[in-house]
Amino acid sequence: RHRSRREQAQIMEVGQLQRKFVDYTASLFCEGFLDAQFTQLQQLQDESNPDFVVEVVSLFFEDTEKLLNDLTRALDQQIVDFKKVDAHVHQLKGSSSSIGAQRVRNACIAFRNFCEEQNTDACSKCLQQVKQEYSLAKNKLDTLFRLEQQIAEAGGAVPM
Amino acid sequence: MIYVIGIGLKVGHLFLMLCCWIVSVISMNWLGNGGVMDIKTDFLGDGGKLWVNLWEKISGNSFKVHHHYYQYIESKRVRKTWWWKLLVIWVGFFIIVSLWVYWYMSSQAVEKRKETLASMCDERARMLQDQFNVSLNHVQAMSILISTFHHGMNPSAIDQRTFARYTDRTAFERPLTSGVAYAVRVLHSEREQFEKQQGWTISQMDTLEETPVQEEYAPVIFAQDTIAHVVSLDMLSGKEDRENVLRARASGKGVLTAPFRLIKSNRLGVILTFAVYKTDLPSNATPNERIQETDGYLGGVFDIESLVEKLLQQLASKQTILVNVYDTTNLSNPISMYGSNITDEGLQHVSGLNFGDPFRKHEMHCRFKQKPPWPWLAIMTSIGILIIAMLVGHIFHATVNRIAKVEDGYHEMEELKKRAEAADVAKSQFLATVSHEIRTPMNGVLGMLDMLMDTDLDVTQQDYVRTAQGSGKALVSIINEVLDQAKIESGKLELEAIRFDLRAILDDVLSLFAGKSQEKGVELAVYISDKIPEMLIGDPGRFRQIITNLMGNSIKFTERGHIFVTVHLVEEVMHSIEVETESSSKNTLSGLPVADRRQSWVGFKTFGQEGSTSFSSSSDLVNLIVSVEDTGSGIPLEAHPRVFTPFMQVGPSISRLHGGTGIGLSISKYLVGLMDGEIGFVSLPKIGSTFTFTAVFTNGCSNLNEQKEQHISNQSSAVSSDFRGMKALVVDPRSVRAKASRYHIQRLGIHVDVVCDLNHGFSIIGSGSKAINIVLIEQEVWDKDLALSTLFASNLKKIDRGFPTKLFLLTNSIGSTRSGIPTSGNYTPSVIMKPLRASMLAASLQRSMNVGNKGNYRNGELPSLSLRNLLLGRRILVVDDNNVNLLVAAGALKKYGADVVCVDNGKKAISLLEPPHQFDACFMDIQMPEMNGFEATRRIRDKEYNISTRIQHGELSAETYGNVSSWHVPIMAMTADVIQATNEECSKCGMDGYVSKPFEAGQLYREVSRFFL
Repeated sequence: RHRSRREQAQIMEVGQLQRKFVDYTASLFCEGFLDAQFTQLQQLQDESNPDFVVEVVSLFFEDTEKLLNDLTRALDQQIVDFKKVDAHVHQLKGSSSSIGAQRVRNACIAFRNFCEEQNTDACSKCLQQVKQEYSLAKNKLDTLFRLEQQIAEAGGAVPM
Repeated sequence: MIYVIGIGLKVGHLFLMLCCWIVSVISMNWLGNGGVMDIKTDFLGDGGKLWVNLWEKISGNSFKVHHHYYQYIESKRVRKTWWWKLLVIWVGFFIIVSLWVYWYMSSQAVEKRKETLASMCDERARMLQDQFNVSLNHVQAMSILISTFHHGMNPSAIDQRTFARYTDRTAFERPLTSGVAYAVRVLHSEREQFEKQQGWTISQMDTLEETPVQEEYAPVIFAQDTIAHVVSLDMLSGKEDRENVLRARASGKGVLTAPFRLIKSNRLGVILTFAVYKTDLPSNATPNERIQETDGYLGGVFDIESLVEKLLQQLASKQTILVNVYDTTNLSNPISMYGSNITDEGLQHVSGLNFGDPFRKHEMHCRFKQKPPWPWLAIMTSIGILIIAMLVGHIFHATVNRIAKVEDGYHEMEELKKRAEAADVAKSQFLATVSHEIRTPMNGVLGMLDMLMDTDLDVTQQDYVRTAQGSGKALVSIINEVLDQAKIESGKLELEAIRFDLRAILDDVLSLFAGKSQEKGVELAVYISDKIPEMLIGDPGRFRQIITNLMGNSIKFTERGHIFVTVHLVEEVMHSIEVETESSSKNTLSGLPVADRRQSWVGFKTFGQEGSTSFSSSSDLVNLIVSVEDTGSGIPLEAHPRVFTPFMQVGPSISRLHGGTGIGLSISKYLVGLMDGEIGFVSLPKIGSTFTFTAVFTNGCSNLNEQKEQHISNQSSAVSSDFRGMKALVVDPRSVRAKASRYHIQRLGIHVDVVCDLNHGFSIIGSGSKAINIVLIEQEVWDKDLALSTLFASNLKKIDRGFPTKLFLLTNSIGSTRSGIPTSGNYTPSVIMKPLRASMLAASLQRSMNVGNKGNYRNGELPSLSLRNLLLGRRILVVDDNNVNLLVAAGALKKYGADVVCVDNGKKAISLLEPPHQFDACFMDIQMPEMNGFEATRRIRDKEYNISTRIQHGELSAETYGNVSSWHVPIMAMTADVIQATNEECSKCGMDGYVSKPFEAGQLYREVSRFFL
């Protein structure tokens, strides 16, 4: 059987993309953006549920953006309702640990400690931190999904 | 002597008072300055009164004293200075006291000396005076003599010669006079005649020349020979003599001159002069009359110096005092009459002398020759008192210092203790934290391994994964133990109180060890007394932990024989203590000798106080006694004392051989303690060990009726009621083993008879008195005589009474059954693997008897079914407020084939779970806004309970509720925080378990399998 050049190129491209994907995923784990939970999430994805990870993560983005807005508002108040803030952060912590966004989760843990102390300044700082971690995580995950998509478009299978 | 005793008494009195004071000071130093001042004033007073006061104060203030004491403990510094002040006051006071004693005693001595001197002086003065008076009287007598014989007779009967001789011979009567002389009164008119008559002229005293013309003269006419030179001298010409003469004749009494140097002897002397009157004058005659009547003058010379000397020589102790005699007529210029003229300032006594002349005053001055001696007694006494006081002060000081030191030490210890405790708490916390931190990633590892197992692996890989899984689980269990130990050390371990089925728990534990025991060929059996209620209230988890631990140990160390767990009521065992003597070493589960378990509870307190209130049958408490008996290697005697010490293992080789942390038993002991029980053991090396513990639970069936009902319903719920009414025959020569087998079979509602051999068994079946459905034969019996066994089997088949009699072999391990299992007669008995458990037994029976083909009963080993099989088709409700979590949880459950419904709050969950519903289980997040998982569960349980009771009471028809009479949907908590989600809290509100988020397959399986198996 002869493959056309184009096909061959495509295969090469897929291979490259796959390698890139694997390296990128590994780097995310290495740098601590993701943890084992993300792997679990990936494993939950199968033929019956092919877009599970993307679905979950998009939901996470959606929720988180809402939560971050709520948090920003709550902390801008004259009198900060720390209970509310704590509830929000708890939510964020839960969902971030569910998708394995480790660094976001860690930031949330620190945030909650300051919530208990009712330290407004530190909370604001933490919020910034969480926002930063979130946007980093979002970027990384977006990149990852883009890569996945490229692989899929190139006709390859996403390596697990 | 008396003086010394007196001093002694005084010292004694002082000492007594001193003691009083010490006591009072010690006991009353808290009373403040006022108290001390009181004592001081009292102290000067009566000692007895002091005591009374003292005790009044002590009794009156004892409360106050205590109060003060505790206050003072805090202000140690204040108290220290206070002690110091007291000490200084004490020492100062006793210096004063000793000085006072010294002064008092020395003044007493001086006084005494003074008295002595006075008495001596007075004595001397009196003697001198007496002697003088004697002489004086004599001289006076002589004057009478003169007046009688000289003037009264004419011519005179006395001349100079007579006078001299007489006086000489009577001189002994006048020892003090050196001489006497008589001078006659001659007026100037009579002078010539007188001179002529005497034959000498009157001469002057000083010059011895002729006296110039005077108004009158007093020439001496008679004189004692010693002073013969004074004859013819005119007495009126000497100054002293003249004065004397004039005074004597005017007064009519003896008159003394001032002392003067005597003419010849040049010694100090005085002259005593008496007047001689013509007539006897009345005593009240005037001086003029006396002068007129005067005839002459009699004078005696007294040598005072020799007089006193002689006198003193007569007296004893003349050396001790110095005597001076003075003429003090002229006060400003006393004339010394005797004695050396030393004027020292020492002690001196003055005694007056009366020589009969009122005009002249004489005094005797006495003083001691020696200086007064040092008052040694006083010095010693005061020094003694001072020393005693100092010693007491020193003791006091030392005591106070000691107390302060001890207190300092105590505080230091306290501080150190606090620090040590803090360190201990920190250690425990650290331990807990570290354990927890290890557990979390370990769960990850185990989960991954679980998942790995589900993937397509070859045999080797599977083996590796299984090994890794086993190791991981072992690690987690060790960590759990350490966590428990940490909890125990920090006192945070608490028991829960929930209803549980003891028999089910033991079945569970048995299942856990079934694999291992079969592998080792060790027989495992459980026997639970019928008297124990079906349901107990207590902490099943912890109870299970104890049993698991003891059985785990047993199975570790047992290579052959058996492990036998028995559960009785304490009362039962107590009453059978005497009866159960027939338990010979042969009559054990495996026939191997065992350690006598009765020895293991010898030390239990419960048994010591037999018949005490704790066993009142009416009480709701259930006293269990659980024994785990094995035929293992036993515990070496030297290791017995530290069996329950944490981290202590029998030897280092043990941990190498068998692993483990060595804290299992110590945790068990603590848990047993929490259950108000005791644990003990007996162990014989090479024979085996028996651990026994007691535990107190509450009866889970509140009254007897309910208990019975429960009994039936529980049995029917635990196993199928298909077997009820059946009859079984157990062929087993060992009564203990038969008893255990019977217990399990009876739980299925089957009536059991026990026979000891096949012949006997057959005669029972053959007699037809009882319809036997099932015959269970111990493999050992079967193997003993295969021919007989075969015969038995074929005979059994022949007796056909319309229902089959099934034959079962009870065996320990597959390996142990002989290859020659009889196939002859086409009769193969079914094999039931021990350990027997009700569920497993039921499954085996069902399988071979084809009753009730539900397929729900599996052989008791942990089913090697995957989570997928477990969850496939199950309807599961997932409740979580976090969408992401919800999605992930749902995804995970869906992956295993579950039919998942998601809701995002507790209220929706409640409405969905309102019976009747189709859900098989519910996973609920705990921390949710509005209504948390605990609350939601509580409400769901309430509803379920409500409906169930109403159905049972017939208020609601069961059909509308899907023919389910008792609704209870398994609810499991989902939480990210393992610490927060304690078992206790979950079970308190009716949850059935918890899984940690994110899901971990192993844990999920463990929890889910409890409901879906």
